[in-house]
Amino acid sequence: MKAMTAAALLLASLTCHAETPQQVRQTYVTEALSQQSGFAPSAKRGEALFRQRFAINDKMPGCTSCHTDNPLQAGQHAVTGKSVRPLAVAANPERFSDPAKVEKWFGRNCKEVVGRACTPAEKADFVTYMSEVR
Amino acid sequence: MKKIILITLLACSFPALADRLPMPGNAPASFKSECSSCHIAYQPALLAADDWRKLMAGLKDHFGSDAAVDSKTNLEITNFLTRNAGEVSRLGSAGNPPRITQTQRFVRKHREVPAKFWRDPRVKSAANCEACHRGAASGNYGEHDIAIPELRE
Repeated sequence: MKAMTAAALLLASLTCHAETPQQVRQTYVTEALSQQSGFAPSAKRGEALFRQRFAINDKMPGCTSCHTDNPLQAGQHAVTGKSVRPLAVAANPERFSDPAKVEKWFGRNCKEVVGRACTPAEKADFVTYMSEVR
Repeated sequence: MKKIILITLLACSFPALADRLPMPGNAPASFKSECSSCHIAYQPALLAADDWRKLMAGLKDHFGSDAAVDSKTNLEITNFLTRNAGEVSRLGSAGNPPRITQTQRFVRKHREVPAKFWRDPRVKSAANCEACHRGAASGNYGEHDIAIPELRE
């Protein structure tokens, strides 16, 4: 019975899971700690990642290609031209509140722009920067 | 005289009718979340059913991006698109891979738009309907509602 309740709770949490950016960050921190003892997330490293030019994708050499140099501002998709809402939590409170969505976009954008999957440590840094930037 | 006014009014109202493409009410949530991040959620009537099938079968390389979704979501979205798809007789061929902007209907409707407008940084891509048709996401493609004033000719 207990197992069933737990399973039901887990299922419910998977279907509609709203979290705070702090919780999302904590998940990545925990994951990073299992790979690297003493890891502490850094907004500064997150910002460096955001501003890095990976240049493996002509149209999207870095995050700023679509998200602009200022994460508090709306961006524009480098290919389609569609407007992209700000990445910074201070400008767009919906950011980093849905773990599945966060994973989906780290998955897609890291592969396409960075050229590989991002590490849990990089994700923790990135979320930290986007949560703190004012 | 009255008759002439009526005919004129009717004639004027036809292009407006043809430029309204409302989103079907039964769109699954997955359609919105998966298909409206990088571009607006294009109305299913903009492509024919076979072209939607082709497009949905090739999401792994979706115009240079990996937009793949799990098979259950893919089926759900494909079913919605094909059930509400446009008629191939009205749209014409969309090329391969199918592009809304290559359908003969799209090309015909936009033939008066000069090349420099397509290159405008506010437009960027013909896929960016909203740059000019500000009501595109809600299905309003009327030519009297073009957002960029100097393009409104």
